[in-house]
Amino acid sequence: MAENLEKVIQEVTARYGKDRTRMMDIVREVQARLGHVSGAAMDLIAREVKSHRVEVEGVVTFYAFYTDRPKGRHVIRVTDCVTARMRHVDEVVAAFEKELGIRVGETTPDGQITLERTSCIGLCDQGPAALIDDVPVTYISSDKVKSLVRVLRETGDAKKLVKTLGEGNNALDLVHSMVINNIRKRGDVIFAPFESGSAIRNAAAVSPAEVIRSVKTARLRGRGGAGFPAGMKGEFARNAAGDRKFLLCNADEGEPGTFKDRVILTEAPDLLFEGMAVAGYAIGATEGILYLRGEYAYLRPYLEHVLEQRRAKKLLGKGIAGKAGFDFDVRIQLGAGAYICGEESGLIRSCEGLRGSPRDRPPFPVERGYLDLPTVVNNVETLCCAARVLEKGAAWFAQIGSEQSSGTKLFSVSGDCRRPGVYELPFGLTVAEFLKEVGGDDAQAVQVGGPSGTCIDRGQFGRKLGFEDLPTGGSMIVIGPQRDILDVAAAFMEFFVEESCGWCAPCRIGNVLIRERLERIRAGKGLPEDLTYLEELCTTVKKTSRCGLGQTSPNPVATTLQNFRKAYEAKLLPARQDGRQPTFDLRAALSEAVRVQGREPVAH
Amino acid sequence: MSDFTFTIDGVEVPANKGQTILEAADAAGIYIPRLCWARDLAPGGHCRVCTVLVNGRPQSACTHPAGPKMVVEHDTPEIRAWRKNVVEMLFVEGNHYCMFCEKSGNCELQAMGYRLGITTPKYPYMFPQRAVDATHPDVMVDHNRCIACGRCVRASRDLDGKNVFQFVQRGHHVRVAVNAEGGLGRTNLSAADKAAQLCPVGAILVKRVGYAVPVGRRLYDVKPIGSDIEAKRAATPSGK
Repeated sequence: MAENLEKVIQEVTARYGKDRTRMMDIVREVQARLGHVSGAAMDLIAREVKSHRVEVEGVVTFYAFYTDRPKGRHVIRVTDCVTARMRHVDEVVAAFEKELGIRVGETTPDGQITLERTSCIGLCDQGPAALIDDVPVTYISSDKVKSLVRVLRETGDAKKLVKTLGEGNNALDLVHSMVINNIRKRGDVIFAPFESGSAIRNAAAVSPAEVIRSVKTARLRGRGGAGFPAGMKGEFARNAAGDRKFLLCNADEGEPGTFKDRVILTEAPDLLFEGMAVAGYAIGATEGILYLRGEYAYLRPYLEHVLEQRRAKKLLGKGIAGKAGFDFDVRIQLGAGAYICGEESGLIRSCEGLRGSPRDRPPFPVERGYLDLPTVVNNVETLCCAARVLEKGAAWFAQIGSEQSSGTKLFSVSGDCRRPGVYELPFGLTVAEFLKEVGGDDAQAVQVGGPSGTCIDRGQFGRKLGFEDLPTGGSMIVIGPQRDILDVAAAFMEFFVEESCGWCAPCRIGNVLIRERLERIRAGKGLPEDLTYLEELCTTVKKTSRCGLGQTSPNPVATTLQNFRKAYEAKLLPARQDGRQPTFDLRAALSEAVRVQGREPVAH
Repeated sequence: MSDFTFTIDGVEVPANKGQTILEAADAAGIYIPRLCWARDLAPGGHCRVCTVLVNGRPQSACTHPAGPKMVVEHDTPEIRAWRKNVVEMLFVEGNHYCMFCEKSGNCELQAMGYRLGITTPKYPYMFPQRAVDATHPDVMVDHNRCIACGRCVRASRDLDGKNVFQFVQRGHHVRVAVNAEGGLGRTNLSAADKAAQLCPVGAILVKRVGYAVPVGRRLYDVKPIGSDIEAKRAATPSGK
């Protein structure tokens, strides 16, 4: 076994050139072959790539999909997303526990199956869902659990769980997935037909500076949520000193309720890769990385195939479109279950084989990014828009949408509505119009932009979706009148506590404290002063945290305290007249002493 | 001569290109509270106690470069409250038994608590279960008192060239681990290493020197933390 371990590690590290920046791939492959990354394996990996054991341990223990302890041959990860909770995912989990005879976090005694919960896996419109090994399993109900477990045990192959294939490219042999696209509305930018090479040819016909000018004229802004002008970002990188630059595509959508990039990756990868090549040309990058979230590993073989085809067609590689010097290629970097890697500097670190903690800025990635070289990180949808701008012209793009938000936007719609799925709509529509479109007219609230966004009440349904009013990375969770808004906020806080990277104190500790007080209120033990306590705590975390995660993680509580204060007030204890703290339970406080002493106190 | 000036709470501060706000403030005798920062170490941006407003936006002074005409707000009631809250968080996150900790009086966390006027934290204690690593003959690690400031990580990597420490796990499970399966004793750490010296709290302690200076006569028993920096300002004629 020891010899085998050594052999595996030597093979795997050699495959990645003993390059420590490929640690994500090395760890993934070692785990795939050995089941887990033991301390002995860490020692050997460190030796082979000239790193340190504790650095390897830091990486292995940072990512949810890596493990330093043995797990079952198969891992069932049931999503803990709020949209799944709305669809009674807890009953599904209970059914798995019963069927397997274990609790969440445990492995069956025969070492076959481990059961876990995981954050949103991007299947909110077809939940409750789970990842079984790398295979997405959708629409799970408690009565299906028995057969899932039986097939898994009998075949030993999670792929055999796929009985009915999804539509479109989900049905391709290379994907072979039951996932459905659920494209409810196609617009002109993302889901319109696209001829590969059309944008690249137009880009190659002009100078890189003119490509950037087109993107600026189109007023294209980043689709990840923050809305930074894409042309300006490209220009910064183009003007940054140095010959070697990088173009990274952020396909790590992890915001609960977001799944639009999954559909782009499935149905329009050519448009995306075309956008990457065009952007690479514009900024002077010859190397691109698609950072694909670990949850979408099932799409990798197909995406590799598309890349191969594009190389064959001279749309990737050297001398693209016959133009000397237009060189660009893409490698796929798989993530491993860390929401924080969707933050651009966390993503860069992960690509470098490190823990995915973000960096302080400045310096910005456009000056010092991947391998400390100028780097642009763009969202999947942004790059698709860029390709379309080059294909159809900046003026064409700019006339869609609104003044500050040109183009269309993809919305991932889930929760309490009749038509969940993906919608491509022009920017600028109101929330009310949006709800009508998706069949959620009776909503009491909409979570716009996922938990890091804002939870709005009916009084705000006249607001417009776009950068000028209500920005969103695309996650739209409809919350029906039957829901307790505090349940929703609690699920979101759970998510941020789980996904904080732990680098900085306010986010690491503050979110735990917010959750504690919210739980106290939900349990009916909150006091009126707890609301101001929470508000001050939320402000501190937002103002002092290091990156976008901590700066927005209190939003589920902060925005509901603002917009749904009555829901909180209804659960509070009234202040006691005798001056005693109403939350203090004397009997409970004394219970242990009573038990030890075997007698009740004389007076209380 | 300085390259440019900027203001901190309206006071004009000279700075050189490449200096951080915190470095320029130190040179000018303005003390911005900080815990994870240490001289000779690259800034970590972990504790966020040095948060200031730069042209209205929150930034950590230890990482943010000073710039010409920058307007920095530092000692305002709002920012003081944030800092106090973050320090209180650090107190409740671990198990900090100041009354019998040998670092008491030399502890930067304790001193910061006094400086910011913390009597008792308003947050509930988390009482985590944490380990003590006494495997090394000359140095011990008590994770109860660790505030995850990363000084030991940076010092061991950048100053000692040993990479003895690194963060492992994620979120509130984050802890500092050592570069060996069997604990600190299996690493090549020496008590003379910077990594063993720079801990701001009582988490990494050199053994057998704990009570060399009696309580009451220790560094921050005498003067509040930051006094050395503020003394510079009092000494210059333009200082107010």
